[in-house]
Amino acid sequence: MSTAIAQKQGFGAILWDYLTTVDHKKIAHLYLFGGGFFFIIGGLEAMIIRIQLIKPANDFVSAGFYNELLTMHGTTMIFFAAMPFIFALMNAVVPLQIGARDVAFPFLNALGFWLFLAGGLILNASWLLGGAPDAGWTAYAPLSTTSPGHGVDFYVLGLQISGAGTLIGGINFLVTIVNMRAPGMTYMRMPLFTWTIFVTSALILFAFPALTVGLFLMMFDRLFGSAFFNPDMGGNTIIWEHLFWIFGHPEVYILILPAFGVFSEVIPTFSKKRLFGYTAMVFATVLIGFLGFMVWAHHMFTVGLGPAANAIFAVATMAIAVPTGVKIFNWLFTMWGGSIRVTTAMLWALGFIPTFTLGGMTGVMLASAVADYQYQDSYFVVAHFHYVIVGGVIFGIFASLHYWWPKMFGKMLNEKLGKLTFWTFFIGFHLTFFIQHFLGLMGMPRRTWTYLPGQGLDNGNLISTIGAFLMAFGVIVFFYNVVYTAIKGEKVSNDPWDGRTLEWTIASPPPHYNFKQIPLVRGLDALWVEKMEGNKNLMPSEPLDDIHMPNSSILPFVMSLGLFIASFGFIYQVDDLRWLIVLIGGMLITFGAMFVRSVKDDHGHHIHKEDLEKGDGL
Amino acid sequence: MSDHTLNPEKMPHNPEKATLEGKNKFLAFWFFLGGETVLFASLFGTYLALKGSTNGGPAAEEIFELELVFVMTMLLLTSSLTSVYAMYHMKNNNFGKMQLWLGVTVLLGIGFLSFEIYEFTNYITNEDFTFRTSAFGSAFYTLVGFHGGHVTFGLLWIITLMIRNAKRGLNLYNAPKFYIASLYWHFIDVVWVFIFTVVYLMGKVG
Repeated sequence: MSTAIAQKQGFGAILWDYLTTVDHKKIAHLYLFGGGFFFIIGGLEAMIIRIQLIKPANDFVSAGFYNELLTMHGTTMIFFAAMPFIFALMNAVVPLQIGARDVAFPFLNALGFWLFLAGGLILNASWLLGGAPDAGWTAYAPLSTTSPGHGVDFYVLGLQISGAGTLIGGINFLVTIVNMRAPGMTYMRMPLFTWTIFVTSALILFAFPALTVGLFLMMFDRLFGSAFFNPDMGGNTIIWEHLFWIFGHPEVYILILPAFGVFSEVIPTFSKKRLFGYTAMVFATVLIGFLGFMVWAHHMFTVGLGPAANAIFAVATMAIAVPTGVKIFNWLFTMWGGSIRVTTAMLWALGFIPTFTLGGMTGVMLASAVADYQYQDSYFVVAHFHYVIVGGVIFGIFASLHYWWPKMFGKMLNEKLGKLTFWTFFIGFHLTFFIQHFLGLMGMPRRTWTYLPGQGLDNGNLISTIGAFLMAFGVIVFFYNVVYTAIKGEKVSNDPWDGRTLEWTIASPPPHYNFKQIPLVRGLDALWVEKMEGNKNLMPSEPLDDIHMPNSSILPFVMSLGLFIASFGFIYQVDDLRWLIVLIGGMLITFGAMFVRSVKDDHGHHIHKEDLEKGDGL
Repeated sequence: MSDHTLNPEKMPHNPEKATLEGKNKFLAFWFFLGGETVLFASLFGTYLALKGSTNGGPAAEEIFELELVFVMTMLLLTSSLTSVYAMYHMKNNNFGKMQLWLGVTVLLGIGFLSFEIYEFTNYITNEDFTFRTSAFGSAFYTLVGFHGGHVTFGLLWIITLMIRNAKRGLNLYNAPKFYIASLYWHFIDVVWVFIFTVVYLMGKVG
């Protein structure tokens, strides 16, 4: 419906269409481009950091500005690049993989995106309004509570609002996966990507409220004079660290599990074999999710929680290596004896396995509490988390984009450019971060603005910066590839990769109702089961009938706009109480929109059978 | 969805779960309450860590009055019971009685909230105990205030639903809305039981 009209009516109609859309596939586009925008900003910050560190005693940027850069790089990359990329994949793929026409709550899905965008814009508005937050992405108190200016306030409000959006998204996908699977798709027939999204959504649900509380307390301390983290009035700064990491550790599994899911789709497809040890993979995923909540204090070994607490958290942390190891071996065994096609997506998967294993190994090293006293706060830690987050999550995102791009946009990303991106990024990545292990062991502290010459750090930092430029080149090639594909890319069929799962049974890109008739699933790798039996497609599970679809709405945008406005009221009422008007006005917009949503019936609409029979159904 | 499917001639026994939308809301709200549990658990943890940090200001055992809190507890517990009656009548498709019991629930909730406002005002004006007095003060007002905020939101929600649907009665579109509002109300009640125990009882005798 909407696309056809939009094409005729030009830019305004397209804009309105995207502002009001509740279609999970369009929301996936929004998340992807929103995340891409913040990924560029976070990447530029990273490049400035590496340029500053290219030589000793450099003064390319000032020390204060450097603190802002490192804080914003971390915060942006985690919350506003990696998270929206994950949500883009969830939206683009999960409803298709389970044979659903949309998510359980299309309206909330749109709301989740607009809240994310509002949060990201609030955070980055700080650059233009007197300085960005400068207390690190972890915002430890009292550094954060006493940081002058409004930088940290933007951090608090931005994360609070986008966090609400994430929580909404998590609940939405939990319900979608539980309630909306096609007939025959039992839990143990779900594609592994859907499984990882299921577990990730559960982690979001139970982890984000801890961040919500932490951010509220921080906001109260900074903006309303409470004393949670103020020792002078009996407060305790360690509470922030606990709340932050009770959220923060599950957060890294929230990011990595979907990447595991991607590789569990890519590797079987391009090895032409079913995933080795599917059941073990499912249980490993669930176990990682469960253990992810038991290990937060390994970020706090040097706080002084005592040997008993440190020992328990050390052992729990090391235990996570077991289910992760199960996964690594299962991917290797999936490839074993398969007929492997080395496409770009597969290249990223092949590069991921050794890279992530290295990151996991340093993870076990860091888990040893006694040794951590040496590693902590050094570049060794920086190297470790870039190996798991870039080598795991970002590699996974690149793999998934090359794999699912044809399904999302109907055109194939250029393979030659894709491989160029992979090799430059892969080599650049190891050049940047491998040496940082040694810089850390030689004593270079993390978050340091500069270092003195003659301490054995010069060459390592130079190499690291050269690697960063190579990574940046790879990313630029990727963006060029996106534009090139949009203009010149070849159109693809339903199933360009000879896929195994339900998303490859429908058109690329899919019609907005996805499935004309909901398919009947007869086994794991539902499409492959039919291919092996000589069927072209799945059997429908229902007769052709009217399709019920949700209505578009501008309200999600309005609700988020209200909170965006209110945030500035919250931040500036400290300086001038007249800003309370902005605060109240913004909240009224949000609550007003919620009220309208509550009292105005929204029954959705139907696509009629006759229109479906005519062809593409509008 | 046509009017007929949402207004069947014979209402099913569980109208809140009769449609896919209803099933989704039902499940999603339980998940949401799981997240809310973590939220309140974090607030309880913070409170327990800071309850002794009085910074020279009033301490828990000096200011809490169990009589007042006991009355508040009774009001809120009873309101949970009356919301069960409302849901009982919803399942029997008796819209009038459902509205009546929801009305009683709202009145009891307003009673609770009034006492809470009185309690806070009393602490601030007579005991010199505020949000900014000490870390204990911050933690107390934040935990109990978050609960009070939930009560306020729940009241506005139930009142909105009652007024919006007063003229058209029960159907399969609004039944899930009533049902999850009552779930929310029960959850608020459960949280209060913990506040009564952990904050007030343990504050007096712990």
